[in-house]
Amino acid sequence: MTDTTYPPYPTRPSPLHALLLAGAVPLFLGGLLSDISYYATYQIQWSNFAAWLIAGALVFCGFALLFALINLIRAAHKGGRPTVYFLLLLVTFALGLVNAFEHAKDAWAVMPSGLVLSVIVTVLSVIAAFTGLGGLRAGGAR
Amino acid sequence: MKRLYPLTALTMALLLSACGSESDSTQARGPDPKMPDPQRGLLPSMKIAEPVAWGDQKPTVPDGYSVTAIATDLKIPRQTLVLPNGDILVAEGRGGSAAKLKPKDVIASYIKAEGNTKVKGGNRLTLLRDADGDGVYELNTVFAENLNAPYGLAYANGKIYVANQDALVRFDYADGQTKATAAPTTITELPSQINHHWTKSLAISEDARFLYVGIGSNSNVTERGMEVELDRARVWQIDAQTGAHKPYATGLRNPTAMKVQPGTGQLWTVVNERDELGPDLVPDYLTSVREGAFYGWPYSYWGQNVDTRAQPQNPDKVASAIKPDYSLGSHVAALGVDFSIPAMGDKFANGVFVGQHGSWNRDNPVGYKVVFVPFNNGRPAGDPVDFATGFRGNDGKTRGRPVGVTVDPRGALIIADDLSNTVWRVTRNK
Repeated sequence: MTDTTYPPYPTRPSPLHALLLAGAVPLFLGGLLSDISYYATYQIQWSNFAAWLIAGALVFCGFALLFALINLIRAAHKGGRPTVYFLLLLVTFALGLVNAFEHAKDAWAVMPSGLVLSVIVTVLSVIAAFTGLGGLRAGGAR
Repeated sequence: MKRLYPLTALTMALLLSACGSESDSTQARGPDPKMPDPQRGLLPSMKIAEPVAWGDQKPTVPDGYSVTAIATDLKIPRQTLVLPNGDILVAEGRGGSAAKLKPKDVIASYIKAEGNTKVKGGNRLTLLRDADGDGVYELNTVFAENLNAPYGLAYANGKIYVANQDALVRFDYADGQTKATAAPTTITELPSQINHHWTKSLAISEDARFLYVGIGSNSNVTERGMEVELDRARVWQIDAQTGAHKPYATGLRNPTAMKVQPGTGQLWTVVNERDELGPDLVPDYLTSVREGAFYGWPYSYWGQNVDTRAQPQNPDKVASAIKPDYSLGSHVAALGVDFSIPAMGDKFANGVFVGQHGSWNRDNPVGYKVVFVPFNNGRPAGDPVDFATGFRGNDGKTRGRPVGVTVDPRGALIIADDLSNTVWRVTRNK
């Protein structure tokens, strides 16, 4: 395997792609922290914050997913990181969407499922961002 | 990487199950309804009335009865009042200023609005008169305007009482008057912050000393925080002279209509219970209102059935909660109640009429009709009987949504319909 078989452009995240991908992380994280605060205090405003932060994260994550998909389609070599990255982001988005629906429940009905999902989705988003940014910047799969 | 596929499949399964159908079950009605386990999919069930015009159609009423539209093109009629001379007052308006706190609120309010009228609320009282008694209300005139979402109406001793969404007010009235002579006098302010449930229902005691105002909760089940529930979900007893109030009964989530029972002086109300616990929870109910009693909201429903969504819980309050008298069925959205009289005919002589606006949180819609709950010895006795139906047709289209029901002493039932902006009058054929 040689690097020359992989054109650099399909796998290198554009600045916008990188911004969307990385931007989803603090939004999901903010949702998680808000969930923890609601869990600890019963103060409903934290739950409102969590719902909006997760919704915002899904916008970022959703557009990043679109970029990831296009990159994957355009990639000459579809195995390895581009696929892993795309699938990681897809699962992050899907579980994030489930989490958004969880957060649409009234008052304490969000708990504890919303908090558990927020933990999972936040961790997934970090892994997806590392895979997408770190792995792709090297110019493709090794 | 392979491990990711089951996860994705699980997600898809979750999403699909949320769209799945819930079993159609008979709604528990009467004094002792069975409480199924709470259930809630990933998405709440939302089945919204698809509005269409009545056209040539009319509500369906029992054999031997006729129905006529006595006023159309109103501006969201809610409750009606029959004055001593037979004139009918109609309260028109739409209130509430609840902020959208979550993404869900933005989406849900848009969907729910699809099932409501697009007309702007009139914030007024319209007077209808049938001078010659032929059943045609030839006079249709504005009695008072510039009110703030008027809803509850009552009359006694030359005074018309109106419960606006923010204040209880009084008009002086002389028989035959068609227009208010002056701006109303405020008796007392009413809790109006947010006004998630904005309708202020109103009843008056037989001696006209006390007014009872029903004040709905500021949330489904505390999702706007407990702080905004101060003075909400309760009935106030208000001194008609001084405006002084005290909580008469609490824990009533949304007491949307009230009446004092003729003869006994007992206050009765219909209450809309909470949503998003499944198609057969929680039953909306008809109950006599016991002074000082706590009816559960938000901590529990139908007695001691704990609602875990309200946190922190309050076991003492749950223990003190009493059961209502009579289940009307979950999600029917009872918005009108009145006691019948013998002039309504033998089958409907003793009992109450209940206007049901109809459900949104149920895959198999319920309500969208006026029912009659028979009474015996002053208490509900037996299953509800349909009195006016056809508001939601078998074609799945919705032509009207009943709100207030008022018994006209001349032997007629007045039904306000806030979807088609019509007032219907059901009479017994001579």
